[in-house]
Amino acid sequence: MRVNDCTAVQIKRLLKSSEFNVQLGPFQIRIFSNIASLVPLLSQLYHFYPVVRQDSISDLHIKIAYPRGLRHWYRRQAVFSIDGGQPFAPYAIEHAFPALEWGINWCIATRAHHLLMLHSAVVERNGHAILFPAWPGHGKSTLCAALVFSGWRLLSDEFGLVRPEDGVLLPIPRLIPLKNESIDVIRQFCPEAVIGPSFFKTRKGTVAHVIPPEDSIHRMDEPAKPRWLIFPRWVANAPLSLEPIPKSQAFLMVATNAFNYEVLDQTAFRLVTDMVKDCDCYSLVYSDLNQAVTAIDELTRSNHG
Amino acid sequence: MGENSQQTLRANELLLEAIRSPEQLPMLSNADWELLIRVARRVRLLGRLEADLSSAGLLDKIPAKAADHLRASRNVIQHRKTLVTWEINRILWALKGTDVPIILLKGAAYMMAGLPPAPGRLFADVDLLTPEGNVSEIEEKLVSKGWYKMQLDPYDDRYYRVWMHEIPPLRHRERGTEIDIHHRILPRTSRLKPDPALMIGDACPLANSQLKVLCPADMVLHSLVHLFLEGDPVEGLRLRDLLDVHLLLQHYGQEPGFWEGLVPRAKQLGLARPLFYGLRYAQQFFSTQIPESVLLEIRGSRPYWPVRALMDFLVPLALLPGHPDYPKPRASVARWLLYVRSHWLKMPPLMLLRHLSYKAYLRFRGINKKVDLAQLDLRQQ
Repeated sequence: MRVNDCTAVQIKRLLKSSEFNVQLGPFQIRIFSNIASLVPLLSQLYHFYPVVRQDSISDLHIKIAYPRGLRHWYRRQAVFSIDGGQPFAPYAIEHAFPALEWGINWCIATRAHHLLMLHSAVVERNGHAILFPAWPGHGKSTLCAALVFSGWRLLSDEFGLVRPEDGVLLPIPRLIPLKNESIDVIRQFCPEAVIGPSFFKTRKGTVAHVIPPEDSIHRMDEPAKPRWLIFPRWVANAPLSLEPIPKSQAFLMVATNAFNYEVLDQTAFRLVTDMVKDCDCYSLVYSDLNQAVTAIDELTRSNHG
Repeated sequence: MGENSQQTLRANELLLEAIRSPEQLPMLSNADWELLIRVARRVRLLGRLEADLSSAGLLDKIPAKAADHLRASRNVIQHRKTLVTWEINRILWALKGTDVPIILLKGAAYMMAGLPPAPGRLFADVDLLTPEGNVSEIEEKLVSKGWYKMQLDPYDDRYYRVWMHEIPPLRHRERGTEIDIHHRILPRTSRLKPDPALMIGDACPLANSQLKVLCPADMVLHSLVHLFLEGDPVEGLRLRDLLDVHLLLQHYGQEPGFWEGLVPRAKQLGLARPLFYGLRYAQQFFSTQIPESVLLEIRGSRPYWPVRALMDFLVPLALLPGHPDYPKPRASVARWLLYVRSHWLKMPPLMLLRHLSYKAYLRFRGINKKVDLAQLDLRQQ
């Protein structure tokens, strides 16, 4: 069953009984909520995601709800909690949805240490994946959104999940959050993309979420092998440049920008070393999204393993 | 019985049963695993389950999903262990040339001495015990080799220096790891006053090292002091501390003379009451094997029955996590009461009143809301 098989009333009931148990890549996430305004948002933005009903183990138990007691009434807030603990200060009720999305990422980043978690967008075509490791503000989500509407499959816009046993990348095709100017950039780039409502004045500015293509969500249990490492950077008015970089530099950039490189220690060293050996490594500077997508397309067609 | 109570009971039983009989874990249903992982994470015992299953060769007999969570926990613990081992190595390097006794406490001691509580235990920082006269020498040496004194507000600094049993933590400039240097195991103001000179004098040296650990009886007693007197108002009493005590008792109980010396030592240090509670609850929750003679010996140190009955009511509530989706208000009250009790034992009433009202004032002003992200991340494990 998928979220779009449910009516709004059913979604509301599932949320209230902690049975809204969605599969997001390798993770099963149970969401409890009594906030009515979340129902239409989840119904629209999550509609391709599977709802798990069979007897299986959920990984995260997340609650986003009104505060208890008097604060329920005199302050319109949403409180994010996991297993009864509240890691963040309450959010304005209008920001419940972005808070939920961001909170889920935080929980994954602080818990899923059985995997190596790189801070990277990942897309795939013909079985070969590109990783885009980047620091916040370097335009990784925007580039990633543009690529997944240009024939690439989305694995993730945030997590490069590497399975230690074989070094493959596990997909976690979540909604792609766009910030501020990027929202209009993607609207113009791919008018067919479905973008959720804009949330203004969140802790990260204006945020809107892009629904990944249906195919990316359907194939979320299909891993991919890393083939290219491209370090993107958006610079206003810069001419396009896509230059090879030394593998030693690529290694350092991947290792120092991971969520849990230190935690996995030797395993992480081995995984990143193997990945850098197997990948062609490039640095990309761009200002025009069309040029960047074309350049990546040409690069990956010309040396297609 | 209401649903809340039933769920609490189910969660607690699941956890205790998993610790007592890890070999039964492959029989658990998926629903039980889902709950067990949440509950064990809350009391930071996921790593213990992993260690037990792994030593029994059962890790591939449990659902893959559950194994992922356990493996994640193991990776974090392994990482902390590496950090703590390296930190100890650096401390020894920084203190080279001094012959000050350095006694490792708690996690670091279990690890370096290879004791049963070590596998699967989450390490936070390094805790050391050293004679009070040597504290400033050690502090200066460490500061000159890359550690710095954490900036505290004047109230907290004074609180540490005048009243406490340790100095404000030292943190390494690059590594960020913390060292707590103790000169006694309880605050100066505490009503229980175990003589640190006795404990330091009887500490046992570790092979090939300047380091020492507390002697077996003192190690058990220190663990109990930590359990009953260093609680947390929200988290409650730490079940993992009681598990440490259980494992230490099982281990040292095999050594000749341990049981005969335990109660006399507790009396000598003025810690007979915590020992009474420790033996009582270790037996209740982990079925610890304790000789009849020891139980008889400690009977004389038990409190009167109303206090005993109250503790028997409060301790399990504060010690066991319950079900995360069905929190019991009475458990929160019990955790808070035992927290107040621990402060009561550590400070004279007026001082306690002054301290708590100052802290409440800070909370009211919203000053104490600093969030330590590293600690927060650690709590996720």
